[in-house]
Amino acid sequence: MNDHAPHADHQHEHPTWKQYKWVALWLTVITVFEVWIYYTPFSKSPMYAPLLLVLSATKFIIVVMFYMHLKYDHKLFRALFTGPLIIAISTLLALFALFSHQAIPQ
Amino acid sequence: MASAVAHESHEHTHYTTTGLDNRKVAIWAFIGSECMLFASLISTYLIYKGKSIVGPFPHEAWTSPSGQIFKPILNIPVTSQSTFVLLMSSLAMVMALDAVESRGKPGYVGTIKGNSKFWLAATAVLGATFLGYQAFEFTSFVHEGLTIKTNLFGSSFFTLTGFHGAHVTAGVLWLLTLLSIDIKRGLTPKDALLVDICALYWHFVDVVWIAIFTLVYLIA
Repeated sequence: MNDHAPHADHQHEHPTWKQYKWVALWLTVITVFEVWIYYTPFSKSPMYAPLLLVLSATKFIIVVMFYMHLKYDHKLFRALFTGPLIIAISTLLALFALFSHQAIPQ
Repeated sequence: MASAVAHESHEHTHYTTTGLDNRKVAIWAFIGSECMLFASLISTYLIYKGKSIVGPFPHEAWTSPSGQIFKPILNIPVTSQSTFVLLMSSLAMVMALDAVESRGKPGYVGTIKGNSKFWLAATAVLGATFLGYQAFEFTSFVHEGLTIKTNLFGSSFFTLTGFHGAHVTAGVLWLLTLLSIDIKRGLTPKDALLVDICALYWHFVDVVWIAIFTLVYLIA
C-alpha cells in the first residue's frame, strides 16, 4: 500500500456545468450553420468544402478539449490520442493522393 | 524491479509508474487505435466516392437503363436531426459524470444536476434514438434500391455508418450497465473513473460522427 500513490489523472480540473452548456450551444450553432449553408447557393462555391472541413474540425476539437477533458488532462493522454490521430489523418491524405487521379478499371 | 511494478493505492485502483490509472491509459490507447480504424473506413468511402457505375447516388439523381428515376438518396434533414440528438447525448454524458463526481456536494443534493441516474438514462435514450434514426435511414435506402451490394457507394456507405452504429450500440449497452449499477448500489465519487471511461468512449463515438456527417452527408 502506498499512501502517496500519485493521482495525476484525478487532479485535473473539469469545466463547469455552465461551460458544458455553452459548449453544447456552440456545437448546435455550428451544426445548424453547416446544414443551412448546404441549402444555400454557397454550396456550389469552391470554398464550401474547405469551410465545412474547418467547421467540422472546430466541433471535433471542442468536444475533445472540453467534453473529453483533454485540455485539462495529463499530457500522456494527449499523446495517446494525437499520435494515432496524426497517423490516421496522414494515412487518409496519402491514400487520397494515391487514388484521387486513378480511374477504377471497368 | 519494484519501481516498474504498478502499485495498488486501494482495493480497485491500479496506478502505473506514470501515476495514471491503467484503465484510463488503456481507454485512451483504445481510442487512438479506433481513430485509425475509422480513418481507414472514411478513406475507403472517399476513395470510392463518385466511382459507382450504377445508382442510386448520394447527391445526384440517376435514371436506370429501364427508365426508373432515382432521387439523390441522402436525407439531410433526417440526418441533421440525428446529429443533433447525438450531440445532445454528449451533453447528457458530461452531466452524468459531473453528477457522479460531485455527489453529496452542496447544490447537487436533491437536484436534477446531481441525479446521475437521470443523466445516464438520458444519454442511453438519446443514443438509442440515434440508432432509431439510423435504422430508419438504412430501411428507407433499401426500399429505394440501395443495398450493400448495389454499388461502391452502397458498400462503403453501409460499412462505414454500420461500423459507427455498432459502436453506438456498444455504448448504449455500456451506459445501461452503468445505469443498472447506479440503481442497484448507487455510483459514488469513487466510481467516477468507471463513468469517465464510458464517457470518453461515448464522446469519441460523437466526434467520429461529426467527421462522418460532414464528409459523407454535407460535402457532395
